[in-house]
Amino acid sequence: MKKKSTTILALAGAVILAAGSLAGCGSNAAASSGQTDVTSESASQTSRADAASAPTDQASQADASGQEESLSGSILMVGSTSMETLATALAEGYMELHPEVTVSAEFVGSGAGIEAVLGGTADIGNSSRNLKEEEKAAGAVENVVAIDGIAVCVDPANTASGLTKQQLIDIYTGKVTNWAQAGGADVPIVVVGREAGSGTRSAFEEILGIEDQCAYANELDSTGAVMAKVASTPGAIGYVSLDVVDDTVTALPLDGVEATAENIKAGGYFLSRPFVMATMGDVSSQSPLVQDWFAYVLGEEGQAIASSVGLITVE
Amino acid sequence: MKAEKSILPGAGSLIGKKSGAAAERAAQIVFTACASFAILAVASITLYLVLSGTPAIFQVGLKEILFSTVWAPTAAQPRYGILYVILTSVVGTGLAILLGVPVGILTAVFLAEVADERVAAVVKPAVELLAGIPSVIYGLLGIYLLNPAMYRLERWLFRDSATHQFTGGANLLSAVIVLAIMILPTVINISETAIRAVPPSIKAASLALGGSRIQTIFKSILPAAKSGIVTAVVLGVGRAIGEAMAITLVSGSSVNAPLPFRSVRFLTTAIVSEMGYSSGTHRQMLFTIGLVLFVFIMVINLILTRVLKKGGQTP
Repeated sequence: MKKKSTTILALAGAVILAAGSLAGCGSNAAASSGQTDVTSESASQTSRADAASAPTDQASQADASGQEESLSGSILMVGSTSMETLATALAEGYMELHPEVTVSAEFVGSGAGIEAVLGGTADIGNSSRNLKEEEKAAGAVENVVAIDGIAVCVDPANTASGLTKQQLIDIYTGKVTNWAQAGGADVPIVVVGREAGSGTRSAFEEILGIEDQCAYANELDSTGAVMAKVASTPGAIGYVSLDVVDDTVTALPLDGVEATAENIKAGGYFLSRPFVMATMGDVSSQSPLVQDWFAYVLGEEGQAIASSVGLITVE
Repeated sequence: MKAEKSILPGAGSLIGKKSGAAAERAAQIVFTACASFAILAVASITLYLVLSGTPAIFQVGLKEILFSTVWAPTAAQPRYGILYVILTSVVGTGLAILLGVPVGILTAVFLAEVADERVAAVVKPAVELLAGIPSVIYGLLGIYLLNPAMYRLERWLFRDSATHQFTGGANLLSAVIVLAIMILPTVINISETAIRAVPPSIKAASLALGGSRIQTIFKSILPAAKSGIVTAVVLGVGRAIGEAMAITLVSGSSVNAPLPFRSVRFLTTAIVSEMGYSSGTHRQMLFTIGLVLFVFIMVINLILTRVLKKGGQTP
């Protein structure tokens, strides 16, 4: 009897301890179950990503079987920092199709990129401007792969009909501060721009030749914020990538040319710049790998990537 | 019932004798681990900030960072002076405290001493609701209500000025007003608790000696609640100086001297606004700004805690 009761006591004690530890771990258990949720979610994301990449894998196999041999080797691009987003996206897309190929990119500036391709240390020189005559004379060939376009927008109530390049420069450097001086009503100009480091800002200032001379009244950290500010502030002027302009703002014609993709391709709209992948000699004289790279970049997939990062495609 | 009674003391003695010491030790380890989490967090944040914030100091120089007024991180010759940014945080927080604390304390007096129950029943939940509103909502309201109103005031005040840069209402004053409103609930709730904690005998003695209600409030009750009110101010300063989301939307974010109608950038918004596209020294500088903010808050906390201790001793 004594022994039996001790056993019961021991059992009861064990149960109490177990219950206590369970209660104590209540929050822990919840936390860890939360974690498993996260892992399972990320796992399902991975599997979805796998599923998404699977067709492209098949496509690449089909591609490879279409060619005599699968491509391998490496491509080195050197050049413009402005082209970093485009170059990285294109490189990733290409390497997904051709796992044997390594596409690497260095971002040191347009001039240095063309120098590298002329000196033979890089396959491709990235340049976010047209090539200069002396660069072309030295053998560099300009292959435009996409165009970066920027729209200058004002609030819908603004009566200014357009701006010249000089007016735009004067407004952004703070020389002109009232729309009456720029063909509009007597309303002060609120100069809106992007934060230092933004690609749109560097392109805008570079094309106008006013790097680091701008007197911004508002430095906003996203395209959406610039649009909202310009739309809601009388007399505001801002710049955004061409593809995001909508009805909430008015895009001003510059030097009398409307901001449209067609005008930019035709070359009349000055607030745009070509993204060039320069080669030493024509593309047709390059290695098969580089030729295939250009076929990809200028083909459907490459141009889709270009427009997905907000650029205008080239036909 | 009887069985339970006989089992439980037995179980207790069983735990006490055999696994009791182990359970005690285990519990102590768990408690210590929990407590050390907070310390671990503070220590790792400090370590991380110092490690990632110091490289830029050695590259740029502490004197240039703290005493130069030019912030041009992406220029050909980058400048990383954050004097205006520091001054903006000091002036902005100071003005918000000057504006918010008197209103907050008087509201607390009103709730605790003056208001009849029906009015208090409306005001009190309103204040509590204010405390629960996310800061980004304050920012949105600032954009849609405060900025346009401020822009009208700005255009009226500077209608004859030839040199003023119009900001569209996004300026220091807007940010200060938003901050002042944001610290109100903190100041009101803590001050009210402090005022209610004043022993009724103090109030009774003052009234018995012939003091009026106003005299009693300002000469007896508020001095007696001083330490609690100082705590309220400390927490208010903490909230104001650390706030980023709301003021990044209303302050304009250009680096300028902290004048009421200039677009300004705070220490917090300086980090937020340029984190997206920064790289190299520019990015390291943003961590340095974080380090400056961290040191700043530490110093203010130390000073105010000292004041708080003194305040606690005198009554």
